[in-house]
Amino acid sequence: MKIKSILRNISRHSMFFPITCLIIVLVINLIKTPTFFHVSINNGVLYGYIIDILNRASELVILAIGMTLVVACSGGTDISVGAVSAVAGAITIYLLVGPMSSGDYRMPYVLAILLGLLGAVLCGMFNGFLIARLKIQPMVATLILYTAGRGIAQVITQGFIIYVRKEEFKYLGNFIPGIPVPTPIIIATIVLILTNLLLKKTALGLYIQTVGVNRRAAKLVGLNSSLFIFLVYAFSGLCAGISGMIITSRVYSIDANNAGLNIELDAILAVAIGGNRLDGGKFSLAGSIVGAITIQALTTTLYAMKVTADQLPVYKAIVVVFIVVIQSSEFKRYIGKLLSRITKHGDRKQVEV
Amino acid sequence: MKGKKKIISLLLMSILTLVLWGCTSEPASKPGGDGKGKDNDLIVVGYAQVGAESDWRTANTVSFQETFVEENGYKLIFDDAQQKQENQIKAIRNFIQQDVDYIVLAPVVETGWETVLEEAKEAGIPVILSDRMIDVSDDSLYTAWVGGNFVKEGHDCVDWLAGYLEELGRADEEINIVTLQGTIGSSAQVGRTKGVEEKLPEHPNWNMLDKQTGEFTQSKGQEVMESFLKSYDDIDVVIAENDNMAFGAIDAIKAAGKDPGEDIIIIGFDAVKAAFEAMIAGDMNCSVECNPLHGPRVAEIIQKLEKGEEVEKTWYVDEGVFPASEAAKLIDSRPY
Repeated sequence: MKIKSILRNISRHSMFFPITCLIIVLVINLIKTPTFFHVSINNGVLYGYIIDILNRASELVILAIGMTLVVACSGGTDISVGAVSAVAGAITIYLLVGPMSSGDYRMPYVLAILLGLLGAVLCGMFNGFLIARLKIQPMVATLILYTAGRGIAQVITQGFIIYVRKEEFKYLGNFIPGIPVPTPIIIATIVLILTNLLLKKTALGLYIQTVGVNRRAAKLVGLNSSLFIFLVYAFSGLCAGISGMIITSRVYSIDANNAGLNIELDAILAVAIGGNRLDGGKFSLAGSIVGAITIQALTTTLYAMKVTADQLPVYKAIVVVFIVVIQSSEFKRYIGKLLSRITKHGDRKQVEV
Repeated sequence: MKGKKKIISLLLMSILTLVLWGCTSEPASKPGGDGKGKDNDLIVVGYAQVGAESDWRTANTVSFQETFVEENGYKLIFDDAQQKQENQIKAIRNFIQQDVDYIVLAPVVETGWETVLEEAKEAGIPVILSDRMIDVSDDSLYTAWVGGNFVKEGHDCVDWLAGYLEELGRADEEINIVTLQGTIGSSAQVGRTKGVEEKLPEHPNWNMLDKQTGEFTQSKGQEVMESFLKSYDDIDVVIAENDNMAFGAIDAIKAAGKDPGEDIIIIGFDAVKAAFEAMIAGDMNCSVECNPLHGPRVAEIIQKLEKGEEVEKTWYVDEGVFPASEAAKLIDSRPY
């Protein structure tokens, strides 16, 4: 009986399915590529597939944090994050080195980063204003920057790929000398911890959930729903800005066409895989993060398993369909029934013995 | 109250009509204004360019702008489509309306050109394609195509590698190669992959260990190379189907504690200026050119057509192979 109730409790936990998905992906790796979990220190830094996954998933984790709050609070998605990260990267690099590739900073590095982030927050506030004040549907409102954002970035860079030829600029997206952990992992962890503190130590998390569950009811109990919606979009802009900094630092350049291309879709997928409802309300940050890591684990897995490039999207699609199906409430109910039948069967056997 | 609303809506309507009228009348007045008259003896060329997505594209645009100048007897009408086919179709229709002498088109995509090219054909304006090909059932819809020979670039890459290995005295060694492919299905990816594969059987001691797409971007190139380095510890050569992915591979190799250019030979395509910088820094060994300077070739075709000569359908631009040893000498002469 005890095992049964524990089993049921585990399977009912909101994190059960996201984590199961990730474990399945990792176990497939263990069978197919035994060296997958091998981590070593190479050249003074951590080296291995697992590190790659966490490192490459960092931008996605940060975006997924912002996206989770957006989804929870407004019941909509922010599809402009990829373009906004390109805008932030373009602002920072343009301020640093100007329209031509160069190795000399024109202004202090930290100031350029802050101004880039400010640009991203302004983009987020623009989205928030359209959605919270003008009551435009989130998908439509963020579609504006989704299309226009790359145009803005292009105007800033004047259509060129601008390189920053300075070793220090690479630190944010690669390694800081002397620290074996890739910097993006550290940044993502910091963003996660700060967000979590903000949500858990204050009532902000609860408020966001309340607004997401029922906007009008929240208003009736005295919450300024519009303000919260405005704030989560501004926060999503900030997250996009931070990942924009990582993206540009990784390649020490800004490519307005390709920086963060299609990453908004992965961010939404991460939220969905994390077991969050896309129509708002209750949310789980941890779920979204597991979702983001699962997506990157999948990509890295397919590379390690030597799937050819033309088949890559097919495999991805199959796995995503699988993950989404096993998370659907209908499927869960079916599994629940199956489980209880099996355990009942087990009980009867025990009685017979 | 109701009356007030009506007046406002009437006002709005009239403003809207005025604005719309203004929009349509502006381009219409152009061909009458400066199309003929003083430019009568100039050859008017309309160029529907893809956009300005890369340095390569910008160099391509500049090549046209520098070739088709008034001193050479041309007037160039340039249109930047910002990577959208509908903008290009609109531009071609504008060119037809303005009755240009020639239309040059660098198509964004391969399909969907029949209708608009039919219109150009009816108007009697020859269409010359630049860079990418189009997929039409009737190839009389365009007069000629100018572009790089991607398959030959693949051949050049293998031939250079063979020569370089011989120089190093490694001609008979077992050589392990990995390829970072471009966006799957793009003509540059298809051509370069094919070119390399056609020539590989000539070198039985070479193994193609793995191929994976890096989608022509530096960050994906880096990500895929990281994975390759963990799967294989004896990679000798990286073929990156454009320079940007090669830069990503260089970073990944450095992060793995190996010396790109020494331990692992790196070959890129396109030969952009940044590749010359990488070669001078000793990180890259060779880049196979993809020449964006299409302007002079197109001018050559137009001159032939002006004389009433028949022209061939396919025109390749000249393309070179640039090894690291020549990089320092050539970098200042690179326009892009």
